[in-house]
Amino acid sequence: MLGNLSTPELSSLLALSPSIDQIGTLERIARIQARSIKGAAKLQGLRMALSMIDLTTLEGKDTPAKVRQLCYKAQHLHDQAPDLPTVAAVCVYPTMVGVAKKALGNSGIKVASVSTAFPSGQAPFEVKKLDTLYALDNGADEIDMVISRGRFLAGDYQFVYDEIAAIKALCGTARLKVIFETGELDSLDQVRKISDLAIAAGADFIKTSTGKIQPAATFPVVHTMLCAIKDHYDKTGQMIGMKPAGGISSSKLALQHLLMVKEVLGEAWLTNEWYRFGASSLANDLLMQYQKQLTGKYQSATYFSID
Amino acid sequence: MSENNWNLEPSLESVAQVQIKPQYELFINGKWQAPLAATYFATVNPADEKHLAHIAQANAADVDLAVKAARAAYDNVWSQLSGAARGKYLFRIARLMQEKARELAVLETLDGGKPIRESRDIDIPLACNHFFYYAGWADKLQEAFPGQQMEALGVAGQITPWNFPLLMLAWKVAPALACGNTVVLKPAETTSLTALKFAEICQEAGLPAGVVNIVTGYGDTGAALVAHPNVDKIAFTGSTAVGKQIQKACIGTPKKVTLELGGKSANIILEDAPIDQAVEGIINSIFFNQGHVCCAGSRLFVQESIAEQVIAKLKFRLQSIYVGNPLDKNTDIGAINSKKQLETIEEYLSIGLAEGAEIYQPDCTLPSPGFYCKPTIFTDVAQSARIAQEEIFGPVLTIQTFRTMEEVVQKANNSPYGLAAGVWTANGARIFGLSSQLQAGVVWANTYNKFDPASPFGGYKESGFGREGGRHGLSAYLQFKN
Repeated sequence: MLGNLSTPELSSLLALSPSIDQIGTLERIARIQARSIKGAAKLQGLRMALSMIDLTTLEGKDTPAKVRQLCYKAQHLHDQAPDLPTVAAVCVYPTMVGVAKKALGNSGIKVASVSTAFPSGQAPFEVKKLDTLYALDNGADEIDMVISRGRFLAGDYQFVYDEIAAIKALCGTARLKVIFETGELDSLDQVRKISDLAIAAGADFIKTSTGKIQPAATFPVVHTMLCAIKDHYDKTGQMIGMKPAGGISSSKLALQHLLMVKEVLGEAWLTNEWYRFGASSLANDLLMQYQKQLTGKYQSATYFSID
Repeated sequence: MSENNWNLEPSLESVAQVQIKPQYELFINGKWQAPLAATYFATVNPADEKHLAHIAQANAADVDLAVKAARAAYDNVWSQLSGAARGKYLFRIARLMQEKARELAVLETLDGGKPIRESRDIDIPLACNHFFYYAGWADKLQEAFPGQQMEALGVAGQITPWNFPLLMLAWKVAPALACGNTVVLKPAETTSLTALKFAEICQEAGLPAGVVNIVTGYGDTGAALVAHPNVDKIAFTGSTAVGKQIQKACIGTPKKVTLELGGKSANIILEDAPIDQAVEGIINSIFFNQGHVCCAGSRLFVQESIAEQVIAKLKFRLQSIYVGNPLDKNTDIGAINSKKQLETIEEYLSIGLAEGAEIYQPDCTLPSPGFYCKPTIFTDVAQSARIAQEEIFGPVLTIQTFRTMEEVVQKANNSPYGLAAGVWTANGARIFGLSSQLQAGVVWANTYNKFDPASPFGGYKESGFGREGGRHGLSAYLQFKN
């Protein structure tokens, strides 16, 4: 299955991707990081971040019991604190989608499944297709696919475009997140190019990383992707979601990322419909900081459940 | 969209560690001395118009005492010291400034209105670095100018502006002392406090009496310094109008002069530029320090094919620029330095409107009392418009478009000024092509308003002459014997 753009059309689209100046990007980020997020703004930001988490377990040793525990935590982040939001989604391998779906019931929390031979993407398209269909058949609300990085680096943009478009066509109402694994891409120019390509191919969300490769969701990479989303929105009026994944483990970083979203995209993106954190350890730090804001005291890490 | 509103709260820097005396005297010969005429003027905080302190107003007789002290210190002490010994004092001053960095930053913000983010992260660290840098040169002048014999000029009269009070002091005092001169410094009348704090640092560093003298006051104090027959060198940073008066006053005297004057610098965005970074560069070029920057990129030239996009992005970016209390760590644009300067800027805003340019200002509420101005961009500006020709010295940007390289070079150079320029393009050859044709003392490529002690700074044409900073900055305080 092919996307709508022919090779010449795709080439001219990618020729429009602006170049990215790394030093300028770092300076812009430094300005955002120098901002002071305190008081009620901090409390609101922490709640917002909690509600944007895709609580994730993507390990070979995952079991149904482990996934059920994670799903419980997704709905009960810290019952000692009243009125906490739930996370946005639980993110698992396709084989665990059925378990997660059942455990989450009608909580409103989405089930996201990685697919297309996550994390490497090194499989024939037929396998990727079956992988995705399996997740969808088991009730996945969201598909987190990986791109073929080797093909992208080799300059075979049409292949990468067609693959994304084909998976998107399978998704139906499920939302498609496209993972770039930016730690394997060469430069911010490449990050910008794959962002423009994936958005053109039908991505609902663009996502930095699998979490298996470092560096993952760095500020320059996320900033570059946000700029691509902004340009697409300015051109078409269509919003695209953003999901940084991997490396954002502290509240401070999460709040800075949210401020970057506000300044680069605008407040319309400050909701879990359009912004997610792919993270496993971030939630507890957010909870700890949240309790600190409320009570004025830090609590021991042992007061927060690990799963 | 409103349900996602997320606004930062004010986060004020503490002023508790700053001691401001009710009254400041003149710093002459290592001591605080009352002005002979016993006159004082008030300095206010431009952010809330509150009184900060009374400051001594030096007249010609006071200036004469200061010059005599500087001359005696030069003859008897400073010219007798080795370069290494001078360097030791400069290093000591630099370290003391670093230790007091937070206090100096808050003081700079209180007295001048600049955001604490800038005084804390830019002004004060750079001022310290200038002292460290020139401290290192003090015993290496022979290496700076190999094969040449050189000596200090003597007494340097230095007049600094109100936009970067302590930083401009550092640009002037550090190389002067490193080269073996003594100094009489006249800070701008609206921003004397950090210079007076610097005098305390000189005392604490044990700097010999008379090596640095600080005479506060208005333009007539500066004029007395310029006219003084026993001053060997005048270094001035300020307006081109005053610079011309100084140059006239020094004609026919043996005084050496360096002038760092006004500007109307061109910032040029080519169609292949990294656009988002260029937009940020525009913000840094014109809204840094409320636009009170002699090298501000106040004339923006955008290639026609991307003009619409760049202007739209710029307007969006302005929505997340915080204008307000300079002590708030989140403030991007603080207070205009003085009521007088605010009136000047406002006059130019009405001139721009009368000239038919289209004005854009973001929605934001300005504090009151205090002197504030919204960041402003003018589009549809003619090359002949006064707002595109005259230095406004405020957060006001004029935007013009161009089609070809030849056109933009002509327009950029079509100005009596020539201090700085910016070029934005991903094409390295174009950077060199353009920068070689631009008549400006500093050309930044894919960045703007970057300063470093090792990098010389100064203008072409009516933006002045002489260079400050780097090895070049030494030669402004030396005479050579070959």
